[in-house]
Amino acid sequence: MAIRRRDFLRGSAVAAASVVLPRLARGAEAASIYDIERFGNARILHTTDTHAQLNPVYFREPSINIGIGEMAGRPPHLVARAFLEHFGIRPDSADAYAFTSVEFEKSAGRFGKLGGFAHLKTLIDRLRNDVGEKRAMLVDGGDLWQGTGLANVMHGRDMVEVANLLGIEAMTGHWEFTYGEQALRDNLEHFKGEFLAQNVFLTEEAAFNDAPAFDKASGRVFKPSIIKELSGHRVAIIGQAFPYVPIAHPKRFTPDWTFGIREEELQTHVDALRGTDKVDAIILLSHNGMDVDLKLASRVTGIDVILGGHTHDAVPQPIAVKNPGGTTLVTNAGSNGKFLAVLDLALDKGKVSDVRYHLLPVYSELLKPDPAMAELIGKLRAPYVTDWSEKIATPDRLLYRRDNFAGPVDELICTALRNELDAEIALSPGFRWGVTALSGQPITMEDVLAETAITYPETYVQEMTGAEIKDVLEDICDNLFNADPYHQQGGDMVRAGGLSYACSPASAIGSRISDLKLDNGRAISASHRYKVAGWASVNGQQGAAVWDVVAKHLRSGRMFQERLGSGVTLKGVDGNPGIAG
Amino acid sequence: MTTTTGTHPTRRLILQGAASVALIGLGNLPFVPARAAANDKYPEEAFKLKNEADAIKALYGRTAEPSDKIKLDAPEIAENGGVVPMSVTTTLDKVTSISFFVAENPNALAASYKLPEGTIPAVANRLKMAKTSNVTAIVEADGKLYSATKEVKVTVGGCGG
Repeated sequence: MAIRRRDFLRGSAVAAASVVLPRLARGAEAASIYDIERFGNARILHTTDTHAQLNPVYFREPSINIGIGEMAGRPPHLVARAFLEHFGIRPDSADAYAFTSVEFEKSAGRFGKLGGFAHLKTLIDRLRNDVGEKRAMLVDGGDLWQGTGLANVMHGRDMVEVANLLGIEAMTGHWEFTYGEQALRDNLEHFKGEFLAQNVFLTEEAAFNDAPAFDKASGRVFKPSIIKELSGHRVAIIGQAFPYVPIAHPKRFTPDWTFGIREEELQTHVDALRGTDKVDAIILLSHNGMDVDLKLASRVTGIDVILGGHTHDAVPQPIAVKNPGGTTLVTNAGSNGKFLAVLDLALDKGKVSDVRYHLLPVYSELLKPDPAMAELIGKLRAPYVTDWSEKIATPDRLLYRRDNFAGPVDELICTALRNELDAEIALSPGFRWGVTALSGQPITMEDVLAETAITYPETYVQEMTGAEIKDVLEDICDNLFNADPYHQQGGDMVRAGGLSYACSPASAIGSRISDLKLDNGRAISASHRYKVAGWASVNGQQGAAVWDVVAKHLRSGRMFQERLGSGVTLKGVDGNPGIAG
Repeated sequence: MTTTTGTHPTRRLILQGAASVALIGLGNLPFVPARAAANDKYPEEAFKLKNEADAIKALYGRTAEPSDKIKLDAPEIAENGGVVPMSVTTTLDKVTSISFFVAENPNALAASYKLPEGTIPAVANRLKMAKTSNVTAIVEADGKLYSATKEVKVTVGGCGG
């Protein structure tokens, strides 16, 4: 791969980020981007939102990720050129390819796929060995068990085995909960690390019925934290699960549990770790999402670093947030196994005196896959891979999902739903996982599953009035753009097929969505009833699984229809650096 | 503190240690007042009013001032708008009543508790909310009125990333 190597050499001008230093040029070998200067006396390695992608993937970062109000124009709401300028990354470099959507297709050919657990394993072992076993630990922020057909049929059990071989010592969760309590507990029986969640409690009814809990007195279902000794210092890791599991997903998966941000319970726990347990550092392993973490960091005191996930933001440098007790650093480490975060701490008695942070892209072509992990992945995939390897279509354009409002993957799903279920309008959830497929390369059932594999995949067709459709759009849009991050759930806007509308993200709920039209240009009437198809409903549905509907559509030789409507027209956000220029 | 009975916990609530309690649902759900103490009249008028300010005035005859001595605990986003758990505790002295108002509900006054002397000022209940709304707790202490407010979001849900 001589050409590739040269590309990395030219491109690695800004390969490693640090809190205090600008990203610096590296010399010689391309793989030397993984030579990190020794710093401090403890190293925490962090993966998050890998979405069970066992093998390396293409994944295009968003070109639209709008921040509103206080969140406007600050990370993570910077995309493309604005992102590169803010973080001092050279366009045309490998990092520009890893962190942004700029010239994605061109760069995909040069720099190849990212991630993959065998490659991650090689990199993690190397970074552990660099500092010594007693000075390093590996944590995962959740969304580890979901995102592929394999993880779905195995209820995440494949990822437990992978996590054990990788050496994950602590994790928290989000999609992990969508397998239901029994599957979650069965998996945790086999998990060698700790599953941490300070913000999951028994409902009053479940507590009354003596449901199992880590701590019956408080009703906490899981252990809230662990203390790990690193270089003779005590480091506490607190888990923060996704706060809105029973709202974002069907409540039937977690009927006995209640979630929430639980700021006060967190503060009480932090104070106890400082006061009673005399820890030297406190890390929050969070699945809140970055905007929520930034707000939380300004209100809860005593946390040194929040290692964040959920919103899939690949942010090269931590954001320092002041609060009444000092400063908390907030990070977010991207998705799909593309990145490994390296947090080096200089620990003193009772405090963290300094920090270095690197968010390393996992360039699969620069890392030799770990043989034991490659073997395990092969063994796990073997029973299913043949069934899913049939080529069912060859896209004539780049297929990606991430962007606030739309993407070709979801356009394809909406087209399939409308055609196969004979509906005027289709709605598809704004998930942020799901990999990217290059134009002209065949896709398989495994690829379709990587965009759709959830435990509530049933499709539906129902009649909705124009007013109801607008209300749904308003409600979901508010989850994305509410001025208060605590009222956001993460994820992107629901995708609409056969329907165009205008959106004004900076307005209030009820007045963001306007000008709704069918593809034929006719305005949506508030009282008229429309036939709407969809999937991933939080209410129980009976229709065929969405992946079968999509596959049927693709097998029929159809893919995209020519887009007739105007899609989503944005208003009032001109010049927002969360929109690629 | 509270126990619930029947299949509609929001509609039936028996409160120990409180002299008067009533919950109001949405629309035309019936009021279910608990036994009122001999000298306390059920505040029928206040429960009927739509508007929060009117209801506060009808119940207490004056306005409240915000206080950081009241802790109103309610979720940021309700997991089920039909039963939203919320509680009030306060470090104020001589508390004689605690009331809950949901501004956007059809009738703003949701529950009102009278606390006999010597009662620990802590009340927890579940309220039904039709949509996103400010929730206000009013505490009457030593003859004065204090308040704390928090917005609770009610959403159709779905679409987590």
